[in-house]
Amino acid sequence: MARKLPALNPDNIAFWQGGKTGSLNIHHCSCCRRYFHPPAPICPHCLSQDVAPRPVSGRGRVISYTINHQRWQAALEVPYVVAIVELEEQMGLRLVSNIVGMPADEVRIDLPVRVTFSQIEDVWLPFFERDA
Amino acid sequence: MMFDRLFEKDVAISGVGQSEVGRPSSLSAMKLTLDATLEAIADAGLTRDDIDGVACWPGDNNNGDAFSPVGPNALISTLGLKVNWFGGGYEGPGPLAGLINGAMAIATGLCKHVLVFRTITEASRRQTDKTASALSNKTIGRDSSFFWQWYTPFNVLSGINLMAMYAQRHFHDYGTRPEQLAQIAMTCRANAALNPKAVYRTPMGLDDYMASRMISTPLRMLDCDVHCDASTAIVLSRIDAARGGPNPPIRLEAIGAALHQPWSWDQIDLTAMVTGEVAHMMWSRTDLKPSDLGSAQLYDGFSILTMIWLEALGLCPVGEGGRFIEGGGNIARDGLIPINTNGGQLSGGRTHGLGYVHEACNQLWGRAGERQLKPHHASVVAAGGGPLGGSVLLVRE
Repeated sequence: MARKLPALNPDNIAFWQGGKTGSLNIHHCSCCRRYFHPPAPICPHCLSQDVAPRPVSGRGRVISYTINHQRWQAALEVPYVVAIVELEEQMGLRLVSNIVGMPADEVRIDLPVRVTFSQIEDVWLPFFERDA
Repeated sequence: MMFDRLFEKDVAISGVGQSEVGRPSSLSAMKLTLDATLEAIADAGLTRDDIDGVACWPGDNNNGDAFSPVGPNALISTLGLKVNWFGGGYEGPGPLAGLINGAMAIATGLCKHVLVFRTITEASRRQTDKTASALSNKTIGRDSSFFWQWYTPFNVLSGINLMAMYAQRHFHDYGTRPEQLAQIAMTCRANAALNPKAVYRTPMGLDDYMASRMISTPLRMLDCDVHCDASTAIVLSRIDAARGGPNPPIRLEAIGAALHQPWSWDQIDLTAMVTGEVAHMMWSRTDLKPSDLGSAQLYDGFSILTMIWLEALGLCPVGEGGRFIEGGGNIARDGLIPINTNGGQLSGGRTHGLGYVHEACNQLWGRAGERQLKPHHASVVAAGGGPLGGSVLLVRE
């Protein structure tokens, strides 16, 4: 089975299609000036609706990771790395992704990483690679 | 928040029941459910006509994954119940949500005796489709879930990938070692040997654990619970009604429940998850202390969760889980705090939530057979992981 893709909607489309223009877009609140993720029409901190996706640097570090060895589906290529990445813009601003382009057993907690996009259909998946 | 009255104290467990635990079972999901619920009703000294409420988590999933094939409506219809209130549904503080909802129905005066149940038939389902429980199957077509769309596109297809990252961080921050975590699985296996219903009863040593296949580093196959077909039922009764029954009432002394803000597997303290919030709420609603507990039945869908619950509930200091369970003595049947005395889900079977309550009650009533612990009057059950969880403190009158 092919990789599961997200269903796009007005709230999440800037995130899932940001890679089209090479940018990782994270929702930002103009009122309290904080980022938040996942995207929503309202800031969960101050409840301002003056929110919009904003490009971030795409750089961060690995907070934790796991090397998945189990072939959950017949077509799945293993092993692969699942990681929690914290973006450099704000403490606690995290997302789950895959670490690509390096041997799985070299991934470490605190590894500096940067975003790299992989397009499937109309979705640009933000993966992360080692930030040399 | 302070309250003048804590309503869960008006609610007690009056009876419990459980079907066979099969891997797989040849019985239908409904037959398993009837075996559990009729046993629980009889155990409480009640009849069908006494039951005026039904609660279930997560209710009928209707999606073929066998995670919850029987919901309240189907059971009410099949048993010919006439109820004042019933409820199911996935959104709640984890596998104990049905118990907590049922207790609220009694505390608010809607019901006198609520039948709580949980049926799961994942073992037979996996005979024909091993991917039935994959997270990618929670939604049809593209992932339209508010929550799961942030995980499944990255091939997070099982919860183990997320729990593994909690374990990895715990190992990193506190120096926890695989040989220590092994003790959760080994303790459950040792306990399962004394439970005739347990799925896996053959002895397991440290070598067996270390040799078991890596699923998602650092978690191995023996860190994962074992699918089964089973149903478990609990009868909750208003405390005055429970006092007239055949079993000493087991009061719900305190409830803990939480959804972490935000609802996320990753934007959370990775080595504590939501467990601290759950435990804080529960302990704030009682005068009892961790040292009063005679057993702890702690969710072991994956072994790391049990260790984190031990820390959160104050059974060992935060970060010390690995050292606390090292060698297994502290959590053994004759240790400081015996855990998962029926073998847990790791070896007993993934009855998913209410199995822990069933075991805690049998231990409190002194009818756990060969695996009976020394007499005690208080026990804790905690279930959940990541951003949601719940716990109940049980006290036998």
